[in-house]
Amino acid sequence: MSRQDALVTADWAEENLDAPGVVFVEVDEDTSAYDGGHIPGAVKIDWKTELQDQVRRDFVDKAGFEKLLSAKGISNDDTVVLYGGNNNWFAAYAYWYFKLYGHTAVKLLDGGRKKWELDGRKLDSAVPERPQTSYTAQEQDLSIRAFRDEVVDAIGTKNLVDVRSPDEFSGKLLAPAHLPQEQAQRGGHIPSALNVPWSKAANEDGTFRSDDELRKLYETEGLDSSRSTIAYCRIGERSSHTWFALHELLGESDVKNYDGSWTEYGSLVGVPVETGDGKS
Amino acid sequence: MCGAPEQTAEVPAGVDLTKESVLVGKVTNGGSPVGGAYVRLLDGTGEFTAEVVSSATGDYRFFAAPGSWTVRALSRSGNGQADVAVQGPGLYTTEVPVG
Repeated sequence: MSRQDALVTADWAEENLDAPGVVFVEVDEDTSAYDGGHIPGAVKIDWKTELQDQVRRDFVDKAGFEKLLSAKGISNDDTVVLYGGNNNWFAAYAYWYFKLYGHTAVKLLDGGRKKWELDGRKLDSAVPERPQTSYTAQEQDLSIRAFRDEVVDAIGTKNLVDVRSPDEFSGKLLAPAHLPQEQAQRGGHIPSALNVPWSKAANEDGTFRSDDELRKLYETEGLDSSRSTIAYCRIGERSSHTWFALHELLGESDVKNYDGSWTEYGSLVGVPVETGDGKS
Repeated sequence: MCGAPEQTAEVPAGVDLTKESVLVGKVTNGGSPVGGAYVRLLDGTGEFTAEVVSSATGDYRFFAAPGSWTVRALSRSGNGQADVAVQGPGLYTTEVPVG
């Protein structure tokens, strides 16, 4: 993987809005953002109601993903270009999710909705009609998804990268500063985790920093490139952003996203938890 | 005090202002509210903490721990920022002019 394979620029996107075989998909934390205006021709995926199982705390299964993509009119051969608000958090999450189910050609729009809007590019409120397809997903690629036992085993042996803000990492806050404070039962972080907020990987306009800047960032923060890496945040969306930077842009080989993240870990009974800035 | 009811309305139900510190305010340009601005909360070292999009009435809202914060707004009509010192629980109202 490289930047060229994984990211597209806003200029490229604008030139390829009507290109055959290219489907733009908006995935936002604010699931109503799409309705007010989106990239012309883009379809919407709701990360809450369409990507999560509505009973079990897990993703929709393979059949569910096939049904969803078929209904959205997305084919196995299509190049899916994901974008969203909030610096592409949920678009990166969807990117990782599409990779999890083995979609071949998936890309992220660099800067997402923010850069698109700040550039003053066109938004449209018309919802496109795409004919139903017959999509076939692969079994989940668990080489990019970490579960809780693996995370506990990784303490002190693998790179654990906590990409939340310093106040969430230290335990002062339980959620990002723009959301009500709820979810995990305890504040803090997984012992031995490095705190490298996802935002350090992004520029102010939401685009990713250059490969050189990213490499330098993770090196300076103490990521050991000879070890495997597990990234986590609160619910696995910001860590998808960092997973994308490490795995898709920098080409690090063994990087997993722990989608259970702090919401799960911080509610587990009997696991070690550390508070403070982790530097003492 | 004429702004008080409006500010109260911006705080969601269930938020206890005796326990949480909430930063609110409007992004403005020449005194008019700017909706759709990207409002970023930066910590005392200038590091990014959170981001929201201002509402149609230019409003933003963050939950923050005590400390020094900068609220920075990016918009199509320009950027701007304002500093906020959070001493403890309560409502902190700050206007962020852009241009």
